[in-house]
Amino acid sequence: MKINILRSQTNTQQTYELPDKETTLLNALTHIKATEDATLTFTVGCRASVCGTCAVRVNGREELACAYKVQDGDEIEPLNYHPVLRDLKVDKNKAKETLLKSTTWLQSFKEAALTHKDEKLTETQTDCILCDSCYSACPVYAVNPDFLGPFALTRAYRYSVDKRESNVKNIIDHVQTNGVWDCTLCGECTAVCPKGIDPKMDITMLRGDSITHGYSDPSFTTQSFGTPDFGGGGFGFDPNAGF
Amino acid sequence: MLDVLIIGSGGAGLTAALAAKEKGASVLVVGKTYPTNSQTSMAQGGINAALGNVGEDHTDFHIADTLRSAHGLCNEDMVRKMCTDAPKTIAWLESIGVPFSRLDNGKSDVQTIAQRQMGGASAKRACYAQDYTGLKILHTLYDTCLKNGIEFLDEHYLLNLIVENGVATGVTTLDIRTGEVIQINAKSLIVATGGYGGLYHGYTTNAYGSTGDGIAAVLRAGGAVSDMEFVQFHPTALKGSSILISESARGEGGYLVNTKGERFIDELEPRDVVARAIFEQFQNGQEVFLDVRHLGEEKLMELLPQEVELCKLHEHVDPATQLIPIKPVAHYSMGGIDVNDKLEVTDIQGCFAVGECSNAKVHGANRLGGNSLLEITAFGKLAGENATQHAFNITPHETNVQQLTQDKGYLAHLYAKNHTINFYEKRSELGKLFYEKVGIVRDNAGLTEAMKALHHIELLHQHMGLADKSPTNNTNLIDFLEFSNVLQLASTIISAALQRDESRGAHFKLGFETMDDEKFKIHILSRINRES
Repeated sequence: MKINILRSQTNTQQTYELPDKETTLLNALTHIKATEDATLTFTVGCRASVCGTCAVRVNGREELACAYKVQDGDEIEPLNYHPVLRDLKVDKNKAKETLLKSTTWLQSFKEAALTHKDEKLTETQTDCILCDSCYSACPVYAVNPDFLGPFALTRAYRYSVDKRESNVKNIIDHVQTNGVWDCTLCGECTAVCPKGIDPKMDITMLRGDSITHGYSDPSFTTQSFGTPDFGGGGFGFDPNAGF
Repeated sequence: MLDVLIIGSGGAGLTAALAAKEKGASVLVVGKTYPTNSQTSMAQGGINAALGNVGEDHTDFHIADTLRSAHGLCNEDMVRKMCTDAPKTIAWLESIGVPFSRLDNGKSDVQTIAQRQMGGASAKRACYAQDYTGLKILHTLYDTCLKNGIEFLDEHYLLNLIVENGVATGVTTLDIRTGEVIQINAKSLIVATGGYGGLYHGYTTNAYGSTGDGIAAVLRAGGAVSDMEFVQFHPTALKGSSILISESARGEGGYLVNTKGERFIDELEPRDVVARAIFEQFQNGQEVFLDVRHLGEEKLMELLPQEVELCKLHEHVDPATQLIPIKPVAHYSMGGIDVNDKLEVTDIQGCFAVGECSNAKVHGANRLGGNSLLEITAFGKLAGENATQHAFNITPHETNVQQLTQDKGYLAHLYAKNHTINFYEKRSELGKLFYEKVGIVRDNAGLTEAMKALHHIELLHQHMGLADKSPTNNTNLIDFLEFSNVLQLASTIISAALQRDESRGAHFKLGFETMDDEKFKIHILSRINRES
């Protein structure tokens, strides 16, 4: 079987021949590096879908190399919206800055009586391995490189619903600019997450919480309230505008 | 000058960073990948603390269990400290937001944290977050580091420690992206670089990067390593891929059965005992399976969701309806950098070591499940505090660039030289050699053979080198340096195993099947003889 890998130096696909047996992409990559082409560059870690190191794109879709079984003719490329350092190895620093900007941590602890149900509230969100698959799949980055993005917003949501958090407002405040309202709710992030996380839903929930905290959809505001001709440019009927 | 320089960004490094920062130190965390990529993410089952949330438990029981499993090879004071610190460590993790699994018991705070049974424990003591305990602790630590403004230097590979007159003054690292060798000076160092399970390449649950980089660097810098022969084999890794299936699968009621469908061991014995029992089945031509079918799909998805996924993906087995084929593989390094009660490295002042890379003598001859996450957090704090204290008390040494120049020279030489032998082949060969001859059951003939084969690989090392000459982002170079590090550690393991003519915990030797306290209730230390 043959797979094609995008090489950064030439910006062309290079074809590699693999033994015809079931194998993960990560095993295929390490096999190529060890036996055939030591210059092929990628990142590896745990082999068990938990360290977040090895996400790449296969035929245009984000996959963990360690959890993807290679098919004949596969085209392998690095993650989108990450500066490519070499071949499949990318720079994740900018993506990680979204965590800082979103203040994705417990702001202020208070003692709480957590139950099994509370555990379930954030169980899936806290399975996040920061593999950056969702970031790579998010089309908003094509137009707004400063978007906080799916994984940071999911993490912000995770802390915002933690009963131990006594300053939810601070989290909500930090996800307004380039945040929850910039998402198009296309669901690409949800589709590619290897851990079954649903950032689209988390962002939707954060929007609701934002409204509770006095925020509103800025695009809605400008379009509906900002123009004198509310018959044309606005978002349809505006009950507050008056006639 | 920087107060505390931490090498390694796993759970131990991050905890140490937070503790040092809290004490007022300036802190930098250097790692060869990104902080959340570390081995800590792979810890599944839990973190021990005698909270007694599920049935009676006491710190004294935790101490007693740990001592029993250590088979006399531990420092009782350190065990006592770790176990006594456990409840407050959990309280701290609770306060930073670790999403533990919970009980519905009408209580609050840490009293609602769910606890499960692990091997060798006399109570349900392991606090957990499904089977993602390490991942969720690691990520919460990382979030807290961001909150506290901890500085990171990612993708920097540790080359050497700089030690002058027995005092640590800094390190040299390779910037993986640019290929530059740089020197970082600091008043205190903390080595938190993880274990050496990667030596058993192909036969380990560990990540590729568990290559004992910090342990080898300490050896080269004149420090000592100890108890290197004690390598824990985890009883249940997937047969085909060596991927870990958590001990909690047995803790929750899973059985081990052979080809005939018979159970052959109490599944909740400590790991060394269970691994040997499985090995014995293999010797008798039996295959061994983990059977969790009777737990039912709902319970499996609730308690062990990650395991179910991994079994389906890597073995095409659905644990709810099928047996899981398993084998024991290398999992944890009990041995490592020899440290004192302050976690300061023997013979290197101002250098501390914590986590799997260090031998704080709390696991002895066999670590209990749930004690490693405890060690990295409880002792991570201790290391951070002690390193800070050291930094505040010393007058910084004059530093020179001798090591930097030497390391630059070495890399230039490596790039220039031709090689005839593919080190990747030797890496696999070494892994297999160790699994077969320095594995679960050892004997002196096999160990001697292994030493001979190792010497041969060591001799060939000069003919190995880089097939990729790119100065930047050269992962071939990193693979080579990692391989060189495990190779450096390999002989310390075999020679200690040869010397130890007895069986104790994870070290089991045919012909010497019993424990010999009179001769061997000792820690075997290794150093590099710098003169030779």
